[in-house]
Amino acid sequence: MNQKNNILRAKVYVAGDNIDTDQIIPAHYLNLVPTIPEEYAKLGSYAMAGLPSTALPFIDETTGRTPYGIMIAGRNFGCGSSREHAPVAIGAAGCKAIVAESYARIFFRNCVATGEAYPYESETLLTSEFKTGDEAEINTEEGTITRVSDGAVFKLKEIGAVGPVIAAGGMFKYAREIGIIKQG
Amino acid sequence: MKMTITEKILARASGSQSVKPGDNVWVDVDILLTHDVCGPGTIGIFQQEFGRNAKVFNREGVVIIPDHYIFTKDEKAHRNVDILREFVKEQDLPYYYDPGTPAYCGVCHLGMPQHGHVRPGEVIVGTDSHTCSHGALGAFATGIGNTDAGFVMGSGKILLKVPETLRFVLNGKKPDFISAKDMILRIIGDIGVDGATYCAMEFVGEAINDLSIDERITICNMAIEAGAKNGIIPPDEKTIEFVKSRTLKPFVPIYGDEDAPVLKTYTYDVSTFVPCVAKPSSPDNYATARDVKDVKLDRSYIGSCTGGKITDFVMAAEILKDRKVTVETCLVPATVEISEQLISTKIDGKSLLEIFVNAGCEPVAPPSCAACLGGPIDTFGRTHSDEVVISTTNRNFIGRMGSKEAQVYLASPLTAAASAVTGHITDPRDL
Repeated sequence: MNQKNNILRAKVYVAGDNIDTDQIIPAHYLNLVPTIPEEYAKLGSYAMAGLPSTALPFIDETTGRTPYGIMIAGRNFGCGSSREHAPVAIGAAGCKAIVAESYARIFFRNCVATGEAYPYESETLLTSEFKTGDEAEINTEEGTITRVSDGAVFKLKEIGAVGPVIAAGGMFKYAREIGIIKQG
Repeated sequence: MKMTITEKILARASGSQSVKPGDNVWVDVDILLTHDVCGPGTIGIFQQEFGRNAKVFNREGVVIIPDHYIFTKDEKAHRNVDILREFVKEQDLPYYYDPGTPAYCGVCHLGMPQHGHVRPGEVIVGTDSHTCSHGALGAFATGIGNTDAGFVMGSGKILLKVPETLRFVLNGKKPDFISAKDMILRIIGDIGVDGATYCAMEFVGEAINDLSIDERITICNMAIEAGAKNGIIPPDEKTIEFVKSRTLKPFVPIYGDEDAPVLKTYTYDVSTFVPCVAKPSSPDNYATARDVKDVKLDRSYIGSCTGGKITDFVMAAEILKDRKVTVETCLVPATVEISEQLISTKIDGKSLLEIFVNAGCEPVAPPSCAACLGGPIDTFGRTHSDEVVISTTNRNFIGRMGSKEAQVYLASPLTAAASAVTGHITDPRDL
């Protein structure tokens, strides 16, 4: 995976619609605490472990990390639980961005608050435009994702009201910047 | 400007004269709820960001109710409760419900109202998506992650976008054998699992007014299953009476303007509703119970914040009285109070517990979230294989109750009990 300036180039993993938080991180791994460093890494090694048994593996078993730096999904990604373990698992596995057609509210907010994975929204459904393993390039400045094999370019939506929070680097930094809480 | 109940609560809590959907406002939080699964991570964030010696924003505003992984040998689960204990001691928090002691209460979303922590007009945030349950008592309540919760713990504030409101008007009289669960599964079936994303779901109308507080909790609990930010029911005499019976703390109920604009209004006549299920593996996969009557079952499960209240067990007992179950039937009262009510509540002179024992149900489990979300491998009622389960819980995602191969049908306690008797999915009217 290459990440320089405003370009993120990585292999993609393609998931479907309504990928819920139990599929992202099954409940029996919620005994792991994300703020304990070794448990953070463990959570990464279980990312997407709840996908149906027929799905392609997301994690490389030998490294405990994912070869896919970008997740592409359909509607309502991250529905279900408020478990922050979900974006943490994806980020800890080494996946830095999600491009979904839409998100469940709490998951989206947890991505923004933690900065674990950048939650982009695509203007059109991309799950049929990419297949798992394809190389893709996200250009954050232009708001696009490109399929590297043939150069096809797809638009990403503007990030909207949470832009300032992401730009500041998460909820705590943003709140300190605007004086809601004291400088740490 | 005319405002809905949700908008009025957020205006009050943000110190604004008025707010409108789409406004981003800093809101003062009345209650922060956390539990054993997300509490340790929340505390971790709080200490990292505010410092090891920081104090919580308000000792009486932080409620900690361990409930998820309690009756397990899992060592990390016990370690997590120890983290909560130590923090509570260090911060001298008055509202901690410690497992293994008389203070233990069980599932947080019923412990909260039972212990008087839910009051109309207040703002409640919790590290659990089913925090939306508390809208049943006229509060604004929503689920948040650990990072936001750590922020609230130190600051007492949260940045919220004021949601659009979807208003659900439920008219008519509820027929026999229909419960709140049938109403909310029908609504989610109609609008889909993302049909209310970012919105408030406001429930009004004669059929809502007729519901008990417990049944109202069932409705608001599942607002998240349609993606909603919060579910809310305007307070009435029943609400006020319930809350006053549970707390001496003063509160000011907030009511919306009846003619406040909403994004959309859905109107139902509940007299046309029939017993229903959500088929695997999505809460919006609606079918009538009669449509799936050929589905053979391995287990019936009655429990959780959605389906393990005393009213749920009364409904189940009405069906199971003088009958025998033919499949494994697991009963998990949500709280200690409900466990005790299984003994004190009688139908025709027999306690609910006697009725369940006579019907051949499994021994009643101690109160906790148990298999509603699968949990550690030794969790009571967890699926381990390709079981087919009918359950009064709120989610039937792949793997939700443990095994990915299991098939979970969501249903009311009446339908779950009727199905336990026959061994296949059964409309309680056909028993």
